[in-house]
Amino acid sequence: MLGRRAAGTGILPNRLSELGETVNLAQSHIATDHTASHPALQHHFENLEQQREAGALGMWVFLATEIMFFGGMFLAYTLYRTQYPLEFASASNHLSLPLGAVNTAVLIFSSFTMALAVYSAQTGKRRAQIVYLGLTILLGLTFLGIKAIEYYDKYKDQLIPGRLIPSRPFDPHGVHLLPGANPRHVEMFYWIYFAMTGMHAIHMIIGVVVLSVIMFFAARGRYGPEYHNPVEISGLYWHFVDIIWIFLFPLLYLLGRHLEHGG
Amino acid sequence: MKAFETFETPTAARVNYINAEYGLKSWLLTKDHKRIALLYLGSISAFFFIGGLYAMFIRLELLTPQGDLLSSTTYNKVFTQHGIIMIFFFLIPSIPATLGNFLVPLMIGAKDLAFPRINLLSWYIYLLGGIITIWALLAGGIDTGWTFYVPYSSTFSNSYVVATGLGVFISGFSSILTGLNFIVTIHTMRAPGMTWFRLPLFIWAHYATSLIMILGTPVIAITILLMAFERLAHVGIFDPATGGDPVLFQHLFWFYSHPAVYIMVLPGMGVVSELIANFSRKNIFGYKFVAFSSLAIAVFGFLVWGHHLFVASQSVYAGMIFSFLSFAVAIPSAIKVFNWTATLYKASISYDTPMLYALGFIGLFTIGGMTGLFLAALAVDVHLSDTYFVVAHFHYIMVGGTLLAYLGGLHYWWPKITGRMYPEGWGRFSALVVFVGFNLTFLPQFIAGYLGMPRRYHAYPPEFQVFNVLSTAGASILGVGLVIPFIYLLWSMRYGKRAEPNPWHLPGLEWRTASPPPTENFLATPVVTWEAYEFAPPEELEVIGKFREEIEQA
Repeated sequence: MLGRRAAGTGILPNRLSELGETVNLAQSHIATDHTASHPALQHHFENLEQQREAGALGMWVFLATEIMFFGGMFLAYTLYRTQYPLEFASASNHLSLPLGAVNTAVLIFSSFTMALAVYSAQTGKRRAQIVYLGLTILLGLTFLGIKAIEYYDKYKDQLIPGRLIPSRPFDPHGVHLLPGANPRHVEMFYWIYFAMTGMHAIHMIIGVVVLSVIMFFAARGRYGPEYHNPVEISGLYWHFVDIIWIFLFPLLYLLGRHLEHGG
Repeated sequence: MKAFETFETPTAARVNYINAEYGLKSWLLTKDHKRIALLYLGSISAFFFIGGLYAMFIRLELLTPQGDLLSSTTYNKVFTQHGIIMIFFFLIPSIPATLGNFLVPLMIGAKDLAFPRINLLSWYIYLLGGIITIWALLAGGIDTGWTFYVPYSSTFSNSYVVATGLGVFISGFSSILTGLNFIVTIHTMRAPGMTWFRLPLFIWAHYATSLIMILGTPVIAITILLMAFERLAHVGIFDPATGGDPVLFQHLFWFYSHPAVYIMVLPGMGVVSELIANFSRKNIFGYKFVAFSSLAIAVFGFLVWGHHLFVASQSVYAGMIFSFLSFAVAIPSAIKVFNWTATLYKASISYDTPMLYALGFIGLFTIGGMTGLFLAALAVDVHLSDTYFVVAHFHYIMVGGTLLAYLGGLHYWWPKITGRMYPEGWGRFSALVVFVGFNLTFLPQFIAGYLGMPRRYHAYPPEFQVFNVLSTAGASILGVGLVIPFIYLLWSMRYGKRAEPNPWHLPGLEWRTASPPPTENFLATPVVTWEAYEFAPPEELEVIGKFREEIEQA
């Protein structure tokens, strides 16, 4: 499909030049017509460029919405961290730094493979596109797997806040409290931790599903140099979800380590 | 009168968006923004009716000082549900989702919104949220007040808080998607020649509204979600028992819900700008000021939420800053009012129904805005907080403002939407009835509130009865004034006089296509060569409104 289109663009201008100078004026007209009849072009857009712009802007606007959505939780985090610094530091130090750090590396690397997937789509490399999308999905699943291990550890330590799991109420006996920390406020940290990482994980799952759909269409050769905005805007989303994690990691895992480990 | 040339060809004009396809499926699966606007129109009308029923019970209960008609618990539920239905399911989607949906592409010369499928999705999301909310109301209702304040909502209330919250949460996403669609459409889909400063002011208002929709709505979404989790699983982010702070909920709630007032009134201002300019047959006075004041209101609107917390343990310094900022938001609002008034000066005004609504809007919005300044003043607010003065104030903005603008806009674009004229005599009559009924309902509430009558009680001291009797009488008149247009608008869809493409003889792009428009809006891509509200002398109109081909040939 892609090949046929590429051949078409090659032949058309050659023929026109054979017809002589009089047709030169029409050449630009045909060029616009060419994108205006692309099979991926939706009826209400004038051309692919307009459709691409709309798609990209739409995703940016959506990401602005997402920032505000997470913003409410970041505000709550900031407020209670200021109010209960010792409790937050104690609870934070109970999280697994190695697992969190590995997950951060996994996500940053997945952003790299995602960027390569977009690049391959733009340059029309179909096989590379599929490989990089697959890698990105795999890294996303790795992240979710590690996250699940962490959640399970918290479950074992009875650190699931409130009555989220009614049979296993919150009990911070396993958390090493800094002097002066009130155990009742440790729960607040864990609820914020679960709310923020949980919401992030839901976004990761959505991302994995979206990328799987994109990979399916990429395998059928839908994306090439002329039309690749679905790959691009899914990439934007994927990077955004990564960036949320880049903020979550230091705020939740690295908080007040010097207090516990004498830095 | 010289007609403005149109972008329609007479031969194909018979096929329009209404008769292009038939059958229920063609409506429920439509991606046409005009049909989706009608889907919204039908559903928000239903919700308005339900919310109106609750209002009727409130006014009947308050007719007498004793709490005799409804028990206090039932009364709590009735005013809560009135608020939730009217705000989240009528006022917020009212103008943007119906008139905005219909007109944004038409006014900028596009074939549709940028994301037609997302547009349809937004209606289904709205409907899902609405159905869940209605289910919650039928199952037992909610008594927290539309504000969902914790810890009452999260811990103590014995009503359907989570289900109602879920309904509001879900319907919020329809608002986000509508805003997203508008922003992208206005940025990327304007017709050739439709520059930013040629956009009708209706578009500027919707652009500003959309900014609030996409930036404010997610905040209330996460807030309600956290509140619901707190109720279900006792994970306390707002609960003092676990070290939480209930005032944080109020901050987060009003961070959306104050700007939400501008989601309701900004589109109304957009409608009124259209009506004032077009029925004065004159370019609007200070176009750029009116355009940018919409953006200014959207920006300032995000910085004033703290004036809802003057008596909620907020620091007095924060209170002073929020008070100052609340005064500041009056500036762009006043710019609009002064510019509309200046537009009327020496204009050839015609007093058709839409114009009557627009003039009513200016007066009532001014009263609503000025009383808002009373409430923004720290010391005065301590006296007026949670009294009927507040109730009267925001009804002047939401009913006197938004509802009047909505009705005015509906009449104004009715010929474009349905292809039929509404009966003008009945229109003017009902506009007058609405105006009288509205003022009789809410003016007495200012006085009762100033004298100290608190809101949200089903019984009150007998001294206040006279104001409440007046108010209930006014509400009955208002109700009649709203039923009349409902009947004649329905009637006109079948029996009304057929509308011409441009029945008001106006230059706007939406009037240059058939009434009702074809599915693709314009049969040729329009090329805009005129300014907004350009009522030029006839000889200059010769060059207006050529087809793209003709211009390219020239």
